[in-house]
Amino acid sequence: MSTDATLSFEEAMEKYDPVLGFEVHVELNTKTKMFSSAPNVFGDEPNTNVNEVDLGMPGVLPVVNKTAIESSIKIGLALNCKIAETCRFARKNYFYPDTPKNFQTSQYDEPIAYDGYLDIELSDGTVFRVEIERAHMEEDAGKLTHMGGSAGRIQGADYSLVDYNRSGVPLVEIVTKPIQGAGSRAPELAKAYVAAVREIVKNLGVSDAKMERGNVRCDANVSLRPHGRERFGIRSETKNVNSLRAVEHAVRYEIQRHAAVLDSGEPVIQETRHWHEDTRSTTSGRAKSDADDYRYFPEPDLVPIVASREWVEELRATLPEPPAERRKRLQADWGYSDLEFRDVVNAGVMDEIEETIAAGATATVARKWWMGEIVGRAKNADVDPGQLGVKPETIVELNKMVEAGKINNKMAAEVLDGVLAGEGTPAEIVEKRGLAVVSDDGPLLEAIDAALAAQPGVADKIRGGKLQAIGAIVGAVMKATRGQADAGRVKELILERLGVEG
Amino acid sequence: MTENNVLIRLSAAALAEKLAAGEVTSVEVTQAYLDRIAAVDGGPRGVHAFLHVNTEEALAVAAEVDAIRAAGGAAAEELHELAGVPIAVKDLIVTVGQPTTAGSKILEGWHSPYDATVVKRLRDAKMPILGKTNLDEFAMGSSTEHSAYGPTRNPWDLDRIPGGSGGGSAAAVAAFEAPLALGTDTGGSIRQPGAVTGTVGVKPTYGSVSRYGAIAMASSLDQIGPVSRTVLDSALLHQVIGGHDPHDSTSLPDPLEDLVAAARTGNVDGMKIGIIKELHGEGYQAGVENRFNESLELLKQAGAEIVEVSCPNFKYALGAYYLIMPSEASSNLAKFDGVRYGLRVLPKDAPLTIERVMGATRAAGFGDEVKRRIILGTYALSAGYYDAYYGSAQKVRTLIQRDFEAAFAQADVLISPTAPTTAFKLGEKLNDPLAMYLNDVATIPANMAGVPGLSLPGGLADEDGLPVGIQLLAPARQDARLYRVGAVLESLLEAQWGGPLLDRAPELAASIETQEAK
Repeated sequence: MSTDATLSFEEAMEKYDPVLGFEVHVELNTKTKMFSSAPNVFGDEPNTNVNEVDLGMPGVLPVVNKTAIESSIKIGLALNCKIAETCRFARKNYFYPDTPKNFQTSQYDEPIAYDGYLDIELSDGTVFRVEIERAHMEEDAGKLTHMGGSAGRIQGADYSLVDYNRSGVPLVEIVTKPIQGAGSRAPELAKAYVAAVREIVKNLGVSDAKMERGNVRCDANVSLRPHGRERFGIRSETKNVNSLRAVEHAVRYEIQRHAAVLDSGEPVIQETRHWHEDTRSTTSGRAKSDADDYRYFPEPDLVPIVASREWVEELRATLPEPPAERRKRLQADWGYSDLEFRDVVNAGVMDEIEETIAAGATATVARKWWMGEIVGRAKNADVDPGQLGVKPETIVELNKMVEAGKINNKMAAEVLDGVLAGEGTPAEIVEKRGLAVVSDDGPLLEAIDAALAAQPGVADKIRGGKLQAIGAIVGAVMKATRGQADAGRVKELILERLGVEG
Repeated sequence: MTENNVLIRLSAAALAEKLAAGEVTSVEVTQAYLDRIAAVDGGPRGVHAFLHVNTEEALAVAAEVDAIRAAGGAAAEELHELAGVPIAVKDLIVTVGQPTTAGSKILEGWHSPYDATVVKRLRDAKMPILGKTNLDEFAMGSSTEHSAYGPTRNPWDLDRIPGGSGGGSAAAVAAFEAPLALGTDTGGSIRQPGAVTGTVGVKPTYGSVSRYGAIAMASSLDQIGPVSRTVLDSALLHQVIGGHDPHDSTSLPDPLEDLVAAARTGNVDGMKIGIIKELHGEGYQAGVENRFNESLELLKQAGAEIVEVSCPNFKYALGAYYLIMPSEASSNLAKFDGVRYGLRVLPKDAPLTIERVMGATRAAGFGDEVKRRIILGTYALSAGYYDAYYGSAQKVRTLIQRDFEAAFAQADVLISPTAPTTAFKLGEKLNDPLAMYLNDVATIPANMAGVPGLSLPGGLADEDGLPVGIQLLAPARQDARLYRVGAVLESLLEAQWGGPLLDRAPELAASIETQEAK
């Protein structure tokens, strides 16, 4: 794989002004598909969730899924869009074996939602408005697996397998207007924008919103122009960037790559790029021009969709609290400071904390675990914290053990590692690893006596009222018990031994 | 005339009565038709109306109906009026248990895993399906010569075309190989074959019969409809297949009118019947024109008022049709690529890429007329040409709809010849696509506007003794008017000609033999 030249991000920013654009595909979680009654279920045996319509058999006709329309309108409303009173589907004609009819039924010049915006809050609290061009409905294609050949690409493959389970799954494609003025914050904005869209569709309940399953997929368009120039540069479109971190990295990488191309005096090629998580770089895909001819025309097998104003208002009334307002409410409920709350949001664990609190933890405990333990582990594993798979119940259980004095914080962290390694429930791991705070005072008192005897000067200081000196004795006792003692209890016992009031 | 020859010449309505009265069994009727098919359909000079004969299943359904009738009781009471009356189905309509080819090599041997909605309704009515009838490949043509499985011959003259694309269904009914058939009409494929074979054919209002399971040529124009020997028979069949279908989004929600009652109580007294100025005269064969004028005279005598209406935009209909139809067809036929079903042809030389397999399959699987229309449509939809071609054609469509609205403000029903000529000779227009396309000049406007049309036999042309079709057109959702007027005109014409027109058709078996002896 050839590697492209890149400029450092800082240098790229000195010379150029990035312009971004996003196409985010959201898979709707309707029971059935966009145009057929086949189930819309992820992960089943290939080609089991299909009927004659999904396979494009001769004579079949599509029927629009009403729930998918409702979901699309809800997404449009949540993105502050206008909802078209009537709109149509079109056929996008191209031959490819993942598309059984050899055309995709998609909205073209009549999207159901248009002219919206989304206010994105960056990590420092700056609010950046991203304008939404349109949100339109379409159907997903089947999934191709290319066997043999190189790199799982169709070129050079010996043969390809097709799974039409995904064929006809309802999608909403959200397209932004060109995003200008983000400057060096472009990669951060990219991530925050996709996170916001994901949050909105999840909050609406219209999508499972799992990026790792492809429920939310992002194509990121990047172009650069010299500072002060009005006209946009030539863009690249990085396809299927499928995690929030990857969105940030891909945008950053493309900015650096474009800058190097422009610096060398070459023109940027308008093309699709493929994102590679392993090398954190993109490679050239298909040359793409605006002249790609899909021979769109209105889908004659479907009648126009009419969204009466009454219906739209009914749907608007069912919308849940918008995420931004929800954040304000949650911060107030949880009593976090601005800084604490922003850290939680930026770490992407707000939902997880909410779930953990719902499972029985206090706000403080939930934050301590997620921010103190799990976020760091996710960073090391290079995944989003939610992807680690820590259940809220696990945290509640761990915390109960600590509060009951069964284990201490250090042990709890070890148990968490065990849970992540798939060794079992916290209780099972404590049992298996023989982790337990020594609660019989007998062995503790022996250790305390030994420590006091070994450091008589310190003992005197404590007797004399210098209570902060107690740490040296506690430390020695903990060392002697290999950390299995409850430090709080040790402290109590030392004071008791020395006859000092704590 | 043998007993069977009497049976197969009965109308569907008469057969239904005899079946209900227990005078004949469905097995007897069905077997009589199967015998007739065996006698006249095969061989080098046979009619060749059928691509597949469904002997076993047809007889099984017939026997089931007979058993229910014999047992009596509620089940017998609940039998549909047409239960046990056999029917032929155009091979563009998918059927479980029989192959569906669309007249194309690309679907040779393909079996549909599902039934078309109209086929389900035939099964619900327990009508034995005799088999699948021939057609121009993917219904593209006006002569049935574009079938990949050889042409169908016109029972009136075996050297002539039976019309198209539904030549098989029309010829089957005209040759007494079936009392009823299903057709599909995109630009006249039910009505024009009806006209040239002396049979009745109806294109219902767009959306009044489900298209689910009819292999699409042009989705916005296609419509399934009945083919029969009498107006009442078409009404009976229309009533079986029509009505809303949730599988077809363009299906109308309205309940079907009582079409059978309309056909039984035909009446034109005081009705205004409009002659469309643009759809007769120049370009129409003299014998066609004479029969047309005769029909007008008969209607006038029966109390109708004949008025003349003008539909100035009809002159653009054919041109616009040949942009919209191929555009939609180019997209509808894209699915035939050798990937999932049907023919798969590998390219002769390496490399074996998916594009080349698709290309080789389509090159080998489609005939010339289909390729011609795919190329036309692909071109018309291309970037830069869309507005000039597809866009303009859609505007013409709107103008045609307005012409119809204006015309129907002046007349209850419109009338014209169905086709400009009688049946032409096999091969005569095969290499002249434009001459072939002109056959549909009078039928296309109804498809462009979605209004219903009925063709019925209007007598024989003086110069060649071949059948002439008279077309009636009504406003959308007013299909009943066609049956009301059609039934009157039919009985007036029968009185004029001294019986059903098909009685004058040559005795087919003899004609096949003599011609084969030649």
